[in-house]
Amino acid sequence: MAKELKLMKGNEAIARAMIASGTDGYFGYPITPQSEVMETLMAEKPWETTGMVVLQAESELASINMVYGGAATGKKVATSSSSPGISLMAEGLTYLAGAEIPCVVMNAMRGGPGLGTIQPAQSDYFQSTKGGGHGDYQLYVLAPSSVQEMYDFVFDAWDIAFKYRNPVLILTDGAIGQCMEKCYTRDYVPRWTEEERRAKAPWGTWGKPATRPHNIITSLELDSARQEVFNQKLQKKYAQMKEEDVRFEALNCEDADYIFVAYGTSARICMKSMQLAREKGLKVGLLRPITLYPFPTKQIAELANRVKGMLCVEMSAGQMIEDVKLAADCKIPIEHYGRFGGIIPTPEEVLEALENKIIK
Amino acid sequence: MANLDIVKPENLVYQKSKVLTDAVMHYCPGCGHGTAHRIIAEVIEELGIQDKTIGVSPVGCSVMAYNYFDVDFQEAAHGRAPAVATAIKRLNPDRYVFTYQGDGDLAAIGTAETIHACNRGENITMVFINNAIYGMTGGQMAPTTLLGMKTATTPYGRDQKLNGWPFQVTELLAQLPGTYYVTRQSVHTPANVRKAKAALKKAFENQKLQKGVSFVEIVSSCNSGWKMTPVQANKWMEENMFPQYPLGDIKVDGELVKK
Repeated sequence: MAKELKLMKGNEAIARAMIASGTDGYFGYPITPQSEVMETLMAEKPWETTGMVVLQAESELASINMVYGGAATGKKVATSSSSPGISLMAEGLTYLAGAEIPCVVMNAMRGGPGLGTIQPAQSDYFQSTKGGGHGDYQLYVLAPSSVQEMYDFVFDAWDIAFKYRNPVLILTDGAIGQCMEKCYTRDYVPRWTEEERRAKAPWGTWGKPATRPHNIITSLELDSARQEVFNQKLQKKYAQMKEEDVRFEALNCEDADYIFVAYGTSARICMKSMQLAREKGLKVGLLRPITLYPFPTKQIAELANRVKGMLCVEMSAGQMIEDVKLAADCKIPIEHYGRFGGIIPTPEEVLEALENKIIK
Repeated sequence: MANLDIVKPENLVYQKSKVLTDAVMHYCPGCGHGTAHRIIAEVIEELGIQDKTIGVSPVGCSVMAYNYFDVDFQEAAHGRAPAVATAIKRLNPDRYVFTYQGDGDLAAIGTAETIHACNRGENITMVFINNAIYGMTGGQMAPTTLLGMKTATTPYGRDQKLNGWPFQVTELLAQLPGTYYVTRQSVHTPANVRKAKAALKKAFENQKLQKGVSFVEIVSSCNSGWKMTPVQANKWMEENMFPQYPLGDIKVDGELVKK
């Protein structure tokens, strides 16, 4: 594993980045459109090279709880799935967040509700950023829009997961998971040694030496006063994420009259729509949230003071638009344009929507 | 002779295992959990593996088992302990990993995780406390509740037509090639406690062999849930539970025991 330029699928990039970033374990269950993650790992046999463990679980309930068990020992453990599987993982995710266990989870979104379709969608935004499981918890949510970002964000996810002792979700969709693009790979970051694991995860259940009390990983606290204090601690952590780790990309926003707000595949479409608009003489920019939680609220609020309107483009009925409207505080017109059920909008129809709904 | 004359190291015949903490257990008087905890702790101490042992507790009466064992411990979601333990062991193969689950956790909501951990032959020890009832939530029907047995959700007795049969999950697990040692014990008499402890010791030692799951069921009473005195509950258990869940080894060294 070295620095190379390769052509690969988004799902393959996730798998290769897991190996290259020194991930200790992957536990998964097949589901379209992301099965290539586990297929790539099984074909690569990293247990023979880096020592990474890969296991196909009996269900997503099992795979996320394997992540919970393995990650609680202070190891870097990951899983991946797609929308219906992520719904099954909701229980595990709230336990992971409640016990403050770092881990990485990838969701290649497909259209719903229910079994829905296997085609790409972005209709799990609420599930990803507003909960999904029960209780007041947040995942740190990264939204890649290219195969390169799929690869790079795995490395970033480990830094964030251990910085905050929190699960990180890489929220992508079937299009980015399946498409092939060029990708620069990185040099191998060795898996942590036993000493490094003990130093990075002093809280882990890796076996109690005589020198410390036993470590307990639990999300149970029956004393309401203590449970409230614990929740306040979590909220403080989420506030710190908002202060220190918001990520976004602003394209052509300096002189823009109108702004597209879109992430992932929709942002890729909007880049082309923006180009078409500029060719027509319309001053259009793109604000691409890279972290969906924490959301780039300040940046959108600042843009709302100087642009005439925003169009949120999502492959959903309009979920992220709620956060955009809250950020903009009703200062300018903000409309949604979306397609459902696995349909990806064309750049032309997105531009038409901007002209009809915002520019008028 | 005054008490102080007796309390001397040379007169010590029994003491709490060092692997148990000083926390006061929350279990009801008469419950088998405390005894089961004690003999597991003694086994860990005798094997000298306190620093290498990781326990996984369930949701149920023993949810807070982590407070009582002085080893690293993780509390799993309801039924998921075998999945949690699978990853702990796979990522830390030199550690001793055990799960501790009740009948609702292991044989109802966690059936899939139980069966698949056993079928994969994970090198873990699984302890199964079967008292035929949901204790923590107030005495509802468990998968192992006997036919005719009254619980909060079978107030007229378990009816096979309505609720199905008592689940002999241990016999089922013994059929899987991934289980290496499967036994059923109890802790209601000193003799049974000694047998159960020997079984647990074997189940922990087996992890060194890497030949699959060692599974120890402990048929236990729940006098609170059964609404009996501890003495009545033990008698009722012998007369009613043991015919349905007979004590003894079911599979030893990977071979089913011929009856």
